[in-house]
Amino acid sequence: MKKTLLFLLICFSLFSCSGSRDKSKRSVGVTLSGAGATFPYPFYSIVFRDYMRKNPGVRINYGAIGSGGGIRSLRDKSVNFAASDAFLNEKETASMGAEVVHIPTCMGGVVLSYTLSGVDSLRLTGELIADIFMGKITRWNDSRLAAENPNVRFPDLEITPVYRSDGSGTTFVFSEYLNKVSPEWNREMGTGKALKWKAGLAAKGNPGVASIVQLTEGAIGYVGSEYALTLQMPSALLKNRAGNYVKATLETISAAAETNLSDDMKLTLTDMPHPDAYPISMLTWLLVYEDQTYCGHSRQEAEVLVDLLNYIIGPDGQKLAAQVNYVPLPLRAVQKTQRIINRIHFAGEKLSTAPDPEIAIVNVLSETETVGDHEKTVLHEKSLADER
Amino acid sequence: MKDKIFKGLLFAAALAILLLTAGVIYVLVKQSLNVFHEYGVFGFIFNAEWDPRPETEEYGAWSFIIGTLFTAFFALLLCIPFSLPVALFNGEYFKGYKISSFVSSVVDLLAGIPSIVYGLWGFYTLRPIVIQLGVNAQGFGIFLASIVLAVMIIPYASSLSAEFLSMIPDTVKEGAYSLGATRAETIRHVSLPMASSGIVAAYILALGRALGETMAVTMLIGNTTNVPTSLRDTGNTMASVIANQFGEADGLKLSALIGIGLLLFLITAVINLIAKFIMKKLSVR
Repeated sequence: MKKTLLFLLICFSLFSCSGSRDKSKRSVGVTLSGAGATFPYPFYSIVFRDYMRKNPGVRINYGAIGSGGGIRSLRDKSVNFAASDAFLNEKETASMGAEVVHIPTCMGGVVLSYTLSGVDSLRLTGELIADIFMGKITRWNDSRLAAENPNVRFPDLEITPVYRSDGSGTTFVFSEYLNKVSPEWNREMGTGKALKWKAGLAAKGNPGVASIVQLTEGAIGYVGSEYALTLQMPSALLKNRAGNYVKATLETISAAAETNLSDDMKLTLTDMPHPDAYPISMLTWLLVYEDQTYCGHSRQEAEVLVDLLNYIIGPDGQKLAAQVNYVPLPLRAVQKTQRIINRIHFAGEKLSTAPDPEIAIVNVLSETETVGDHEKTVLHEKSLADER
Repeated sequence: MKDKIFKGLLFAAALAILLLTAGVIYVLVKQSLNVFHEYGVFGFIFNAEWDPRPETEEYGAWSFIIGTLFTAFFALLLCIPFSLPVALFNGEYFKGYKISSFVSSVVDLLAGIPSIVYGLWGFYTLRPIVIQLGVNAQGFGIFLASIVLAVMIIPYASSLSAEFLSMIPDTVKEGAYSLGATRAETIRHVSLPMASSGIVAAYILALGRALGETMAVTMLIGNTTNVPTSLRDTGNTMASVIANQFGEADGLKLSALIGIGLLLFLITAVINLIAKFIMKKLSVR
């Protein structure tokens, strides 16, 4: 009996110690809710869980209902944040009613995965992908595929392109890239979360596309890099703008962001000039209102929200991203994003305690340009994260 | 007094159901007004174009309506040779035997299997067989979806049919036997004609079930937007296009999807009404 009491006492004291650490006071009983994209959901679910563990009392609910639904929910003011793989277009921005800021949280890519026995390495260019998905190249032994892959013996087999049946940010980025590199795609297909397809089969979600591709000889489909990297699916090497054939890895996708980043971070990262850049790379964003004073949301909620955003783009959050095969933001992107987070306010009062960082000098070819000690540590954290 | 309270409760429950149905219809109509206003009712129904790109957006329900009717009716056709013998087995030949209650509970079990499981079975087991049959190169399409749908609706068709067959009074059948009819002749000339309206109603209800099936069909039909013209084609159904595209839909597209939902609601309602009408005629006779 005494032993039990002692044990309970120890447990109690342990919990009370851990509970009284740093931020717990201001975050008692706060629930944040968000909704949106399915693409970053695995990353968000672990980063939110980690944040909730470190801040007892905070609850974060995230519904992966699609970016369209997330944006609608944010507009209805029923959530604190929305998540989207595409930044708001002009029409959407106008419909939001107030200024919305875009917070990039991590990067990803779109991978061309295929099943073709006897072919271990496949090289593709943007034009070839466009023609395959428009139904203009229909067989694997097409001369144009052979010209790009001199060392591969292709079978005489029908190509089955597989695309997404649901509206998706992955489709948006994929089509946005093909729009840039193929005038024909630009004319006939365009860009969008859903398109009017001319050939192939469709399935819902990355898992749907991936399972059709894996089980169908001669199929090729596009899936999110985080999904393909986790499952180690065979994927094509793509020719980037610099003319190199690159495989989608955390490093090559990250290299796509080594460029001039706009201050609002609303930018696409397809067909980027860096020599190592994977050509179909993307950012994914959390969307929040710049002014957090809106219907019934307390200042405390706004503070926790900003703290959460800082945590996600901080070293801990970015490390978690790499663990689940999402690509951590490069240094300069983190700095620009920090400045955006610092703009969020509650009736004019600043919410973030982090200082506005100096933006490192843009140098597309090297990463060695750093200015201060703080950034060196960030860079170090980033390379650690990349190694994982 | 107690009686009155009970009566009031029953009345309230019935009213609640009515209000719920009315609410569903109200929301479907209200949310889809936009698309019917844009294209007109027939312009929306008979347009096979479905272009979700913002610059050139245009929405028509025709390809999905055809995909839905095609798969549902073909599934109905496929299910008859399986469900009718089961119904005769349970409702006629082995009526009242242990084996009949065993068979009928196994058939009812089929109705309890979640549709995603049927989808997986179609995806992993049936699809390779369909490819080997040479229907098409990937296996997906109207043919595969219809086969799985047929298996899914067998319990609905067979258990109701068996019910109607077993309702035929024994005296009528005994009359046929006394005139020297064999069992097969009795079934052909007495049982089936007498239960025919009920059996037809059972199949119509099964059809209604096939029309609304979503998950298994989405996994197997190929989800392409085109008007299917043969069993080899891929296509899409009304339920599966809604399930697929609702999440990212906005504005006119959202309205179009809800419009498709309204059309599906109307089609199944009409089918249920027809079944009710036929059953009513049976009881009058």
